[in-house]
Amino acid sequence: MNGRGPFGRLDWISVILYALLVFIGWINIYSTSIGETSTSIFDFSTLYGKQTFFIGLAALGIIFVLFVESQFFERFASIFYIVSIVLLLGLFVFGKTIAGATSWYDLGFFNLQPSELAKVATSLALAKFLSDIQTDIRTGKHQMYALIIILLPAILILPQPDPGSSLIYFSLFFVLFREGFPIYYLGILIFAVVIFATTLMFGTVWVSIGLIILTLLIYTFKRASVKIPILPVLGVIMVSILFSLSVNFVFENVFEQRHRDRFALWLSLEKDEDKLDEIRKTIGYNTYQSEKAIESGGFTGKGFLEGTRTKGDFVPEQHTDYIFSSVGEEWGFMGTASVILLFSLFFLRLIYIAERQKSDFSRMYGYGVISILVFHYFINIGMVIGLLPTIGVPLPFFSYGGSGLIFFTMLLFIFLKLDSNRLKDGI
Amino acid sequence: MYCSVHFLAQKANKNIVFVVGIYGNQEFSLVMKKLLLSSVVVLIGFTFIGRLSYLQLFRFSPDQILDDPAIKKVYDYPERGYVYDRDGKLLVGNQPAYDVMVIPREVKPLDTLEFCGLLGIEKDQFLSKMEKARIYSPRLPSVLVPQLSKEDYAKLQEKMRHFNGFYIQKRSLRYYNTKSAANVLGYISEVNEWDLKNNPYYVAGELKGRTGIEQQYEEILRGQKGVKHIQKDRFNRDIGPYKGGKLDTLPQQGKEIHITLDKTLQEYGEKLMHGKRGGIVAIEPKSGEILAMISGPTYDPALLVGRERSKNYSKLHYDTISKPTWDRSILAQQSPGSPFKTLNALVALQEGVINEDTKFRCYHGFYVGNTLRGCHCGGGIRDLNSGIYQSCNAYFAGVFRKIFDKYNTTDKGMDVWEKHMKSFGLGDYLGTDLPTGAPGRIPDVAYYDKWYGDGRWAASTIISNSIGQGEIAATPLQLANMTAAIANRGYFYTPHIIKSIGNNGKIDPKYTEPNYTTIDRKHFDPIIEGMANVYNYGTARWVKIPDIDIAGKTGTVENFIRVDGERMQLTDHSVFVAFAPVENPQIALAVYIENGYYGSRYAGHIASLLIEKYIKGEITRTDLEKRMLEKTLEHEYAKPYSGEPFKINEYEW
Repeated sequence: MNGRGPFGRLDWISVILYALLVFIGWINIYSTSIGETSTSIFDFSTLYGKQTFFIGLAALGIIFVLFVESQFFERFASIFYIVSIVLLLGLFVFGKTIAGATSWYDLGFFNLQPSELAKVATSLALAKFLSDIQTDIRTGKHQMYALIIILLPAILILPQPDPGSSLIYFSLFFVLFREGFPIYYLGILIFAVVIFATTLMFGTVWVSIGLIILTLLIYTFKRASVKIPILPVLGVIMVSILFSLSVNFVFENVFEQRHRDRFALWLSLEKDEDKLDEIRKTIGYNTYQSEKAIESGGFTGKGFLEGTRTKGDFVPEQHTDYIFSSVGEEWGFMGTASVILLFSLFFLRLIYIAERQKSDFSRMYGYGVISILVFHYFINIGMVIGLLPTIGVPLPFFSYGGSGLIFFTMLLFIFLKLDSNRLKDGI
Repeated sequence: MYCSVHFLAQKANKNIVFVVGIYGNQEFSLVMKKLLLSSVVVLIGFTFIGRLSYLQLFRFSPDQILDDPAIKKVYDYPERGYVYDRDGKLLVGNQPAYDVMVIPREVKPLDTLEFCGLLGIEKDQFLSKMEKARIYSPRLPSVLVPQLSKEDYAKLQEKMRHFNGFYIQKRSLRYYNTKSAANVLGYISEVNEWDLKNNPYYVAGELKGRTGIEQQYEEILRGQKGVKHIQKDRFNRDIGPYKGGKLDTLPQQGKEIHITLDKTLQEYGEKLMHGKRGGIVAIEPKSGEILAMISGPTYDPALLVGRERSKNYSKLHYDTISKPTWDRSILAQQSPGSPFKTLNALVALQEGVINEDTKFRCYHGFYVGNTLRGCHCGGGIRDLNSGIYQSCNAYFAGVFRKIFDKYNTTDKGMDVWEKHMKSFGLGDYLGTDLPTGAPGRIPDVAYYDKWYGDGRWAASTIISNSIGQGEIAATPLQLANMTAAIANRGYFYTPHIIKSIGNNGKIDPKYTEPNYTTIDRKHFDPIIEGMANVYNYGTARWVKIPDIDIAGKTGTVENFIRVDGERMQLTDHSVFVAFAPVENPQIALAVYIENGYYGSRYAGHIASLLIEKYIKGEITRTDLEKRMLEKTLEHEYAKPYSGEPFKINEYEW
């Protein structure tokens, strides 16, 4: 192995972690979908049988990616992007509706979800744009171009409706941050989210009081040598209070009841036990059931194929978005913690790989891949364990589904392919 | 526009940089950028692990299998234990009943007319029941027709397979091999919310002993149900045993029990009680076993089984005048009347304030202050023996005074008297193995102090107690027990209904240890002699049984009720206590017939018939038996509710 074959300098650690995740995912899909009669794992009438088939397709995808010339992805990034935008637009005319969302093309044997393809294409396109010698992310104009590249597919996906996938594109901001986009934008965003949530929970008055107390504390305990001009601070407080007021207005007048219910559940806003129960049974049913299933696993779990709630199909969509609850029930805390650890190691490894790239394009694309994967992972598991409101995104490599698995795999392996070629890059 | 935003932001950024005061150089900024995503990954990891620890380690409880919707428990019920009488005659067994069940979803089009014909119901009824079942759940079974008779079941069984979605479920119901002892045996019924809350054993829909021995010996009779854990899916369909049946248990059979009742005596006594209200308790003195426990009016225990159960129950329960479900033999607390005189005599003998020859004069009554209280004994000088057999009120008033005169203060005398009386099992729960009971009343110092005021009463104030009226009250069971204590010459066994449990036969040892009264054995002989003479010369000489020596004591108890706020006196209660034979007593009983007038009139006759039946096994005095079986007191009970003036204590009967 000295870098000449397609499997040359492939990062085997990442590949093994990837394979482990896919394998554990399959095990849990098997558990959620096994019937009374055990059949072959290749039985295509079962979900796990289909997933086996998808894993096969993904393997073919890997081989395809590895045999393609590295430069191909950089060179054709714009084309991919345009194609996927066209495909997204085409959904408005030819789209197939599954579970209320017009997100698929019916290819007969297979339903293609172009939003998955678009994630790969957008990452490539963004990397290509940012790595262009003429691009300077510190200028407003180029920041705007970058935003357009990211937000265009997001906007097209939103009305499908698929807010979850749409939200994923915001993860690409991490690429921008890495490349010099001011980090305090992120700070402002987090600050806004905190104000939003606390306003819903405690009301504008308490948020204002809290802000003022916080400011006074900072002034009290700061080092005497540090000087903080008072006017901008007052400005921040004023803007925050205005924002807080607008939150209430938006929540009551712009949001629909189902949105309000989701937040009510997430932030424990509803104190009336009866109404809470009602929300649990309707909009919060999935989360409630999945939390219960995870909780019932305890430390050691109930054992493989022994999850009563999993077997009883109590958690809806358990093989797709809620697959992690099956891990929680059958493998317990040991299982869930291991999966979290595995994902974390996987991501850290990928970040490490991204940072060692000599080519800007490869690094930026790598960051795009990692951001997308982390965002999926964060939103999905956060939802399943009841930390985040219900947003339907799959858990990468875990959840059942062909488009998801294949495109996540392509996304990843294009990056690994670029990495394997890093010594030829650049200089 | 972006530029300006950027400019402002950069300005703000400088401030923030200033605040934090540690970065600002280019190199650090690059490190920050590189670390940002890694930090985010680590932060997310810790947050998730934290949340998962909370869910799976902190909130987890091993009991949650109990409320896991995915696991259904299916119970296997053992047969309820049988109940036999003291001679091994069956009293209560089980009978099968058949419910026709329906699972609406599985029903296929059927010949409704034929099916209704088989079930014996109307088509409309059938349709409305089907609709109800469907609304309850299309997937779960509902009862369509409950408790088919054996005959209907036989007819239906063959045809059942033609009707998809219907099946027959066998249930076990109580079967009564007697029409008697309803209140002793008790009944079973479905558990209610209170039971469910207070006893985790029960599950909604299960049966539980409600009164009598069914309640008292519930855990022995019912056994222990077996449980199977079935794994369900969210549509509540079975998908196999949970953990391969590792947690399942087998049912444990209910045990049979033998009770102390004598079936023949019990049934005979209830026949004699026909048309009369009151209670009878018969005890075997040498063991404390309850031979018969009769309450009139009563009902057929089979009424509280089967399809008509709730209708019948309402009828019995809401009969607030004759109260058939109220067991008078253990719950009716009334003045004991003259039988209580024997205890006063025993106390006086024990205290040494009288002897057999102590005499009192009867002025056809006795004086309290200047008022004369009447007596029926005929007057003259009375000693202990004739005082008892003629039931002289004056004699016992004198005895009662003497007890109190012995002590300096009335309070002291009262305490001594109370202690003696309570040693006979009066004035408190006896501790029988029956789920209900009543304490009766033996008044004490505190009672009268409250009533009259401290120091404002004396023996003469409460003199009525000397003759068993006044403030004392006792249940027929307590009277029978008191009689048993006299028969045993000074001790009694706590009356009980359980004879043996299952095969090994052990019962609570508290029922096999004697309770001694505070009266010495020697004092009982003169009393028993007086009670025997009640039959020889006294108030019950008309009811003597040839060849059996009986010791007894009549009682005639004045009583009052309120109807619409008006207090009226009713015909006296007829009371009789007796034991026989005098030497080696085998039966001691108390008969309390409400409004039966003279002690010997109803109670005495019934007591003598019961004694004869128990000891001889047959009745020689068939005329008397016939009269007692036919006579009713319904006319007496109707009097206060007739709304017209009426006479009491009529000579004619």
